[in-house]
Amino acid sequence: MAKIVGAVTIDGARCKGCDLCVVACPTDVLRLQPQEVNDRGYHFAYTANPEACIGCASCATVCPDGCIEVYRMKIENA
Amino acid sequence: MKAEDIIKPENKVYSRPRLLDERNTHYCPGCSHGVVHRIIAELIDDMGLEDTTIGVAPVGCAVFAYNYIDIDWVEAAHGRAPAVATALSRLNPGRLVFTYQGDGDLAAIGTAETIHAANRGENIAIIFINNAIYGMTGGQMAPTTLLGMKTATSPYGRRVDLNGHPLRISELLAGLDGTCYITRQAVHTPAAVRKTKAAIRKAFENALAGRGTSVVEVVSTCNSGWKMTPAQSNDWMAEHMFERYPLGDLKNV
Repeated sequence: MAKIVGAVTIDGARCKGCDLCVVACPTDVLRLQPQEVNDRGYHFAYTANPEACIGCASCATVCPDGCIEVYRMKIENA
Repeated sequence: MKAEDIIKPENKVYSRPRLLDERNTHYCPGCSHGVVHRIIAELIDDMGLEDTTIGVAPVGCAVFAYNYIDIDWVEAAHGRAPAVATALSRLNPGRLVFTYQGDGDLAAIGTAETIHAANRGENIAIIFINNAIYGMTGGQMAPTTLLGMKTATSPYGRRVDLNGHPLRISELLAGLDGTCYITRQAVHTPAAVRKTKAAIRKAFENALAGRGTSVVEVVSTCNSGWKMTPAQSNDWMAEHMFERYPLGDLKNV
């Protein structure tokens, strides 16, 4: 049976750490950096659990700053 | 499967819209304005209207909208966006003219312009961001502020006897003969964002087809003005705002 896998990239310099993508993610992939901040002082989002990503683009759909790019591919017989 | 194997150009399903400018927005983290800007940039690109769209920016938080979406813009005086858009659409037939306004701009100082433009049935699309507060000036009470809601100028909560009722201007506009499409949407969940995008597309199509005035009200959050985190304010909006401002189409002819 084919399986869908996904991945996201986050523009950490642009991210404002609003947490909306973390809330929107159905598979708990994203987290905000607990300590590290970007140049503007925000705790930016990162992929804490990248294997769980299904490429649904929910995070990118709710991101107010357009920081997230989404990739998705199908693997046969995975 | 490693993320590096998936991150390839042929697998890309979502990226930052081409028409969204590279500079960072001045909006607070989690502001609904950013989401609606992104939707508009995506739509104009999808519909191939980059060279034929004129936006009218308001006064309010979205005053710098012209810095963020790479199309032609005109900046209107406070509340006068529908009047400016009237001139633009009449003098430039065949162009898509839309205004982007907040509740202080559209429902307070610009009420007369809004109602008369809608009553004349100008072929424009109005994107109306309703966050129930004056965000830019520091969270004062707006006409759309909910009863009991605490703001800088209603510190004990809005009262009917003192401040009147929250203004449902979309219902008012739906009663006018010049309007063809009035809808109320939100951008707090991925599903709501997709519905809002479909609604704005329909409003743009109506304006291009000359069917009359379309209004897309987007019930939004102002987490700084509401003194909450962005995620909390989305929950608060779903709990309290939708009671007074229910989502859905008010008019679709």
